[in-house]
Amino acid sequence: MKERVEQGAASIVMHESDDVATALESLQAEQQVVVRIGEASIPMKLKQPIPFGHKFAIRALPAGTEVRKYGEVIGRASKAIALGEHVHVHNLEGIRGRGDQASKGG
Amino acid sequence: MVVATKRAREGEKLTTIQMYKRSNGEFGIRNHLLIIPTVICANQVANRVMQLVPDSVAIPHQHGCSQIGADKQRTFDVLAGTGKNPNVGAVLIISLGCEVIDPAELAREISRTGKRVEWFDIQSVGGSIKAIQHGTQLAKEMRAELDRMEQVAAPLAALKIGVKCGGSDATSGLCSNPALGAAVDQLIASGGSAVIGETTEIIGAEHVLAQRAADEPTKQRLYDIVAAFEAEVTRMGEDMRGGNPSPGNIAGGLTTIEEKSLGCISKGGTTPIKGVIEYAEALPQDGQGGLYFMDSPGNDIECVSGMAAGGVHLVCFTTGRGTPTGSAVVPVIKITGNKQMYERMQDNMDVDVSDVLQGGLTLQQAGEAIWQEIVEVAGGKLTKAELLGHTEFSINRIGPSL
Repeated sequence: MKERVEQGAASIVMHESDDVATALESLQAEQQVVVRIGEASIPMKLKQPIPFGHKFAIRALPAGTEVRKYGEVIGRASKAIALGEHVHVHNLEGIRGRGDQASKGG
Repeated sequence: MVVATKRAREGEKLTTIQMYKRSNGEFGIRNHLLIIPTVICANQVANRVMQLVPDSVAIPHQHGCSQIGADKQRTFDVLAGTGKNPNVGAVLIISLGCEVIDPAELAREISRTGKRVEWFDIQSVGGSIKAIQHGTQLAKEMRAELDRMEQVAAPLAALKIGVKCGGSDATSGLCSNPALGAAVDQLIASGGSAVIGETTEIIGAEHVLAQRAADEPTKQRLYDIVAAFEAEVTRMGEDMRGGNPSPGNIAGGLTTIEEKSLGCISKGGTTPIKGVIEYAEALPQDGQGGLYFMDSPGNDIECVSGMAAGGVHLVCFTTGRGTPTGSAVVPVIKITGNKQMYERMQDNMDVDVSDVLQGGLTLQQAGEAIWQEIVEVAGGKLTKAELLGHTEFSINRIGPSL
């Protein structure tokens, strides 16, 4: 857990091994943001608007990839996700608590 | 109510809080007269008595009949535990007279604490009007006794708190939960006890929590309770998503149960988990304090009611979306990391730690602000939920209605 958030940061990456950043303000499509990952500051361009509290990909994630936040797996990409793309229920599925898949024998 | 906190001279270190001493040696931070209907059929009489007796609180519920086995026992345990909670000074039990929860047995169980417990049934007294009159007379007499009690200086280490999150959004995991965790670490360093629950909301994060288990049986039990819960979801044949994370969680940026869980667990701080207790089971009192896990649902009211039945003095509750819930016998302190929601819902929020996300506050400083609020509420400061009259109560069911 980060002890202090950088003042005025537009987004936060919780752990160096994460695949996503969380928006700390409402961000716009095509907006250039600088994402701080560990000691590195990496500029990237957003593909869609990212509402406050929502996530965007900080690297390209092929379909089926396990996706990390807090340094831990939060689910799997249900389709290919590009750098700077909004990551949410439309392209990230849970792996756990999937009674729907168990019932289909999946 | 007086905010009474005493600080010892050396280093301004807080050592005692003014509390109500119970005859079994426990201390309460409130002095409630509790009215318990044993069954849904007694709710109306219980509510009428509460309306007629200022400073009494009733816990109407849907259960108490057509229940068997472990499910009946769970209802009994929640009612008994709520009555035994140290914030309760005396208990009036109102029975219908034909339900499965035995009012005499319930009265006996609560009396083990030494507090005054009275009970009667509506059928024997002769109907609702006579029952309301009889109950009101008893309740007024008991309230008058409680009002004569004086508070005494109690050790800070006596404090037991529950931690809960509800109506979560992305700010919960980033900010309010880890800040609450820092406050919990401080409580435990002071010798106090804490309990974290919500088995549903450690799915996907149990391996992180299990690393903190104090011993091998506790570690195994954490894995077992999660597996049992996930098996229930499998039996239902549904994806958890939509139920948990809920529509509001999803609108707030939480995508999967794993993500929500990983954000949830930080509210328990960083100390070892000394054991796993059952829903509504009393927190162990070994005199050492420490952190426990209660096998409970994530549902806000059922979880907080289970913690209150386990004997906590108060619950610290983080929320990003905003939720008004209180609890019948324990103050619920509302903490948020979402500034916009805080500004919209100040009526309901007690502590705003959203400055952490603007870089203005460290998590340690936010934890200190929460700790200060815990001490003040323990000393008598009313929470927003108390001021608004919130007295939610709900019992978790594990069996069918017959």
